[in-house]
Amino acid sequence: MSDDILFDLKGVSKKFTKGKDTITVFDGLDMSIARGDFLAIMGPSGSGKTTLLNMLGGVDQPTGGEIWFDGSRIDSLSENQLAAWRANNIGFIFQFYNLMPMLNAERNVELPLLLTKLSRSQRKKNIAAALELVSLSDRARHMPAEMSGGQQQRVAIARALVSDPKLMLCDEPTGDLDRETADEILTMLQLLNREYDKTIVMVTHDPEAAKYAKRTLHLDKGVFVEKDLAA
Amino acid sequence: MAGFFSQIWTVIVMNILSLPRRAWMSLAAVFAVAVVVAVLLAFLAMAKGFERTLAGTGSDNVAIVTRVGSQSELNSVLGRDTVNTMMTAPGIALDDNGDPIQSSELFVIVDGVKRSSQTQANIPMRGLFLDGFDLRENLTIIEGRPFESGRNEIVVGKGVQNQFEGFDVGAEIRFGKTSWEVVGVFSTGGSAFESELWADAPTVQSQFQRGSSFQTMRLKLANPGDVTPIKAFIDNDPTLNLDVQTEADYFASQGQALNGIAIFGWAISIVMGLGALAGALNTMYTSVAARAQETATLRAIGFSNTSAFAGTLAESMVLSIIGGIIGALAAWLFFDGFSASTLGATFTQVVFTFELTPELFANGILLALVIGFIGGFFPAWRSARVPVVTAFQGVE
Ligand SMILES: Nc1ncnc2c1ncn2[C@@H]1O[C@H](COP(=O)(O)OP(=O)(O)O)[C@@H](O)[C@H]1O
Ligand SMILES: [Mg+2]
Repeated sequence: MSDDILFDLKGVSKKFTKGKDTITVFDGLDMSIARGDFLAIMGPSGSGKTTLLNMLGGVDQPTGGEIWFDGSRIDSLSENQLAAWRANNIGFIFQFYNLMPMLNAERNVELPLLLTKLSRSQRKKNIAAALELVSLSDRARHMPAEMSGGQQQRVAIARALVSDPKLMLCDEPTGDLDRETADEILTMLQLLNREYDKTIVMVTHDPEAAKYAKRTLHLDKGVFVEKDLAA
Repeated sequence: MAGFFSQIWTVIVMNILSLPRRAWMSLAAVFAVAVVVAVLLAFLAMAKGFERTLAGTGSDNVAIVTRVGSQSELNSVLGRDTVNTMMTAPGIALDDNGDPIQSSELFVIVDGVKRSSQTQANIPMRGLFLDGFDLRENLTIIEGRPFESGRNEIVVGKGVQNQFEGFDVGAEIRFGKTSWEVVGVFSTGGSAFESELWADAPTVQSQFQRGSSFQTMRLKLANPGDVTPIKAFIDNDPTLNLDVQTEADYFASQGQALNGIAIFGWAISIVMGLGALAGALNTMYTSVAARAQETATLRAIGFSNTSAFAGTLAESMVLSIIGGIIGALAAWLFFDGFSASTLGATFTQVVFTFELTPELFANGILLALVIGFIGGFFPAWRSARVPVVTAFQGVE
């Protein structure tokens, strides 16, 4: 059974200290995420969605508790160990795409591959496959500024999956897109989850977006509340 | 770690590719470094050229006799008796007739009009004997002929002819009430003598009311470099208040007065360099701030903070190297081979040529590298510390 668990959070707490003030975002949070899940996390602004995603992605560390990933603890890794861990396991998708504006689409997609041992020709193959998957083969040489928001996000998705990570973490991936384009992106994520076995955790405030996920958790002031709306 | 160099290289390339976004600021930083390097090289080239000119001037085979305490040839006075006594000193090379090989010389200062600025400047005019020609190394008459004794004729140094108007062979020149004909042009291979006009010593004495006095004597040494017998001769005669040294020593000590040029050049460049450094720091901190989200995104993907550090440092170094090269090229274009003359306290005009050697070039580039390194190091440190969570924060 525990073989099916990709993420296990045990009593995770997270506090921010600013001067004399301490903001407690999480205090003893428990949760687990199964392999192959497509989880949407919803909740009002300031409820801790981004903070949770950052801890799952190993870009921020909890102040207490344990985070287990695939059978090993990641909350006590050093900064450089975490960077290596992220490179091997995580694909990030950001609200504002976060493409490198000075690199064309294929160069952007190549970035995670530069951290691997792959040869140049092998990298080229993987980049082509990833761009193919997001239907942007014809835009490989385009610069981000020459592409629409939806196209940029598709490049970002290609970049997130090119190194074949187990887990994709998306923070408001459609927050900056119109309905139609958002549906396109969400369909793509769904495909990655169903056909390519990617585990996906997606933060969103959009109930329509959450419908694409397998299940939805509602976060309120750092705790999950039962309000299952999943279709 | 896999891809250690490829990620660093990629981040460096991205930093460089992002430069056009901060074009004006980056250009200002480049310009500041270029100015500093150009100024430094101008001073160093000047010092080098001057040093080269003086180093080429003195000979070890010739002793120069001046009155005690006179800093230079110009301030010295030697009476007729002194000159006659000195001709009997030991240690002087003799000619076929057994006469000492020597040249008693005097100076007057005349005016000329500089070609470059059309302003008047001093030119030393040396009265000497034809024997004096043989006491200069590398002397060649490149045009015309030497002056004849007893006539108002001058031969002009190549440097004078290049820098001043009206010294063509055949020209008639007036200095005060006297009138002279230019009969030749001489070269001494770039040494300081080329900054002089030469005329017959007795003629100069009479035309400029100098009576029978001279200022210096040049003596050909029997043993090159050895002035001890002459020194001993002077010490034994209480009527002789004279200094004697080899001509090489004399010019070397004259040159030291101008070593200050290089030191001053470094000092002013370092002060200006601090300004350029402040500019570089400002530019690079701006770059780091502007690219914080890109840096954080790369870190989220798994890039190391070493690569962020290297990228920023490289960007700074590239800007300053470009500045250094532009500054060096500017210095080379404007100053290398540029002829100048200096009005030293003791020298009047010495015409010399700015000289930019590869070694000086290296100095300029080194200064640029130091500015780039320090100007990039601290911002690079900050770049390496950009929190990864920045990647998830919206842009402005
Ligand atoms: N770096 C930080 N420093 C201080 N407080 C923070 C920081 N990041 C988040 N917070 C606080 O933690 C709470 C949760 O933030 P966040 O996870 O961004 O919420 P959400 O993404 O759900 O809007 C908020 O009150 C926010 O102000
Ligand atoms: Mg958020």
